[in-house]
Amino acid sequence: MDASLIPLLPGAQVLLTALVVMLLDLFIDEHERGLLAWISLLGLALCGAEAILLWGSSEGTFGDTLLLDNFALFFTQIFIAVAALTVLSSMRYVRETGIHEGEFYSLILFATTGMIVMAAANDLMVFFLGLETMSVAVYVLTGMWRSSARSSEAAMKYFLMGAFATGFLLYGIALIYGATGSTNLNQISAYLLEPQGQWPPYLFVGGLLLLVGFGFKVGAVPFHFWIPDVYEGAPTPVTGFMAVAVKAAAFAAWARILMHELSPLDSDWALPLRVLAIATMTIGNLLAISQPSVKRMLAYSSIAHAGYLLIGIVAGEEWGSTSLLFYLATYAPATFGAFAVITLLTEQDKPKEDYGHFAGLGFKRPFVAMAMSLFMLSLAGFPPLAGFTGKFHIFRSAIIAGHTDLAIIGVLNSLLSVIYYLRVIVMMYMNEGGVKGKSFIESPYLYTAVGLAAAATIYLGVLPMRTLEWSRSAFSSLF
Amino acid sequence: MNGAQVGFFILAGLLIVSSLWVVFQRNVVHSAMALVAALFLVAILFLTLNAPMVGVLQILVYAGAIMVLFLFVIMFLNPIGLEQRRRLWWGFGALAGLLLAGALVPVLTNGDAPRDPVVATELFGGPEELARSLFTDFVLPFEIASILLLVAIVGAVVLAKREP
Repeated sequence: MDASLIPLLPGAQVLLTALVVMLLDLFIDEHERGLLAWISLLGLALCGAEAILLWGSSEGTFGDTLLLDNFALFFTQIFIAVAALTVLSSMRYVRETGIHEGEFYSLILFATTGMIVMAAANDLMVFFLGLETMSVAVYVLTGMWRSSARSSEAAMKYFLMGAFATGFLLYGIALIYGATGSTNLNQISAYLLEPQGQWPPYLFVGGLLLLVGFGFKVGAVPFHFWIPDVYEGAPTPVTGFMAVAVKAAAFAAWARILMHELSPLDSDWALPLRVLAIATMTIGNLLAISQPSVKRMLAYSSIAHAGYLLIGIVAGEEWGSTSLLFYLATYAPATFGAFAVITLLTEQDKPKEDYGHFAGLGFKRPFVAMAMSLFMLSLAGFPPLAGFTGKFHIFRSAIIAGHTDLAIIGVLNSLLSVIYYLRVIVMMYMNEGGVKGKSFIESPYLYTAVGLAAAATIYLGVLPMRTLEWSRSAFSSLF
Repeated sequence: MNGAQVGFFILAGLLIVSSLWVVFQRNVVHSAMALVAALFLVAILFLTLNAPMVGVLQILVYAGAIMVLFLFVIMFLNPIGLEQRRRLWWGFGALAGLLLAGALVPVLTNGDAPRDPVVATELFGGPEELARSLFTDFVLPFEIASILLLVAIVGAVVLAKREP
């Protein structure tokens, strides 16, 4: 069996950093723990550099259970960018909230390792282990704010719902294995492409269970119930990490497994996926309008965005997949940035997350308010920001693939979402009051994270071509 | 129907009865005991499937270690009498379960066998064969599983550690 180790490199890099951070934590003093964040950032940067150098390679290892292709590398870049932003924005936050730094950073890195494995996995078993590594790390991250009851509650809920979803996934994988005789995606797709009479019916049940499992992980309606509570209760940087990186990882595996390898079943997916997409967009947006807390609103907004992403999956083919990848890249900075701004409004471990707390922010912190406005406008899909180009390509792919109705529902939903996104901006610039001057986490690193996210939001809106090109090349590496 | 099939149906019947016992028993200790029985029966099922290693692990890990933990937790929390049955939820649960069974049973019993069923050799499922495939074909998943376990241990310690 061929066992080239090169394809393991990006994941191994992050894993190694996680182990170094975890062990070093035991040997250094309390006040030197800041060093751990820098080591994490260094490791992530190295991994990013490796991913850039390896771009364009196409190699499988360990009997093609893990692939190193542009698809995996594209997602690896998203994961490590988000992980690095998470580390940056947590550096002061973890002190304020009394979270253990060493474990916090190493768990972020472990979760990132799991995600990299998920995006590169070409075998259902390897995919599943990557998913669990990520999930277990994120369950713990959710509950790490020990003095907050909400955080513990969120961790418990997330763990139970996640375990439940895992059951569906595993049963689905078992049935698919039973029907096709393999967990390797190459062999599964070879089986499906063979001309033959009939597939065993439990293959479809397996596929459907897989769909339910993925629905849970990305938070599609009707599997979304855990999202608002978990997102609200988790430490805010972790929420940003979950809303972006975890979702991207689930979509990465979804794209590789369902869109490509199981594509002979496309006609059978189509209806449930359409229903899922429409319900997710519409219900996510409707529920987001009535939320009193900005953090909770963003949780529902992330559900709605999962719905737009599902359009990309329904549309399929070259355009659907390319725009799915591109949309994830454009969604990432705006969503993460918004959560980073909420992180900023934490005063001595008391989060300020309601709309009222944003009142007058435009006068107190013009830079932050400007960045927050950018994120909100981008999420609502205003040109010339990232959200606009992302939505444009997603809806365009739906029209090209003949799903005009989905595109129309998507556009109507974007209009609906303007209500609650603009409410934040109105609060910031047209209202007085809100939090006092001392209620901010004044951390240059957090400001850097917000600034980087804002810059990426503008960049992807104004100059999207390069990233779009990367998305396309990532998609075509699947074939 | 040959002997093996008769054996299977007896085992399966006992398994279903003991699983129902787990769910419907009001006394938690009795539930746990029924779970032990169910896990043992699954282990025997593995043995009849020529997979002695998995069967033994099932007994050691599930019926042994995990059930001891279950009983410890029951002992510490002593939740006897806390549970109150809610009719409505039981109705919903039963309905959902029946629907799922109604959907799965015809699907799983109809249809052809997989075209390339895995052939069980004489050594199949023994420790030797299991180790061979773990360390050759599945060495990568095996290693990733060790990372997963590490993450779980770190997580458990972080969440359970006494706050200073």
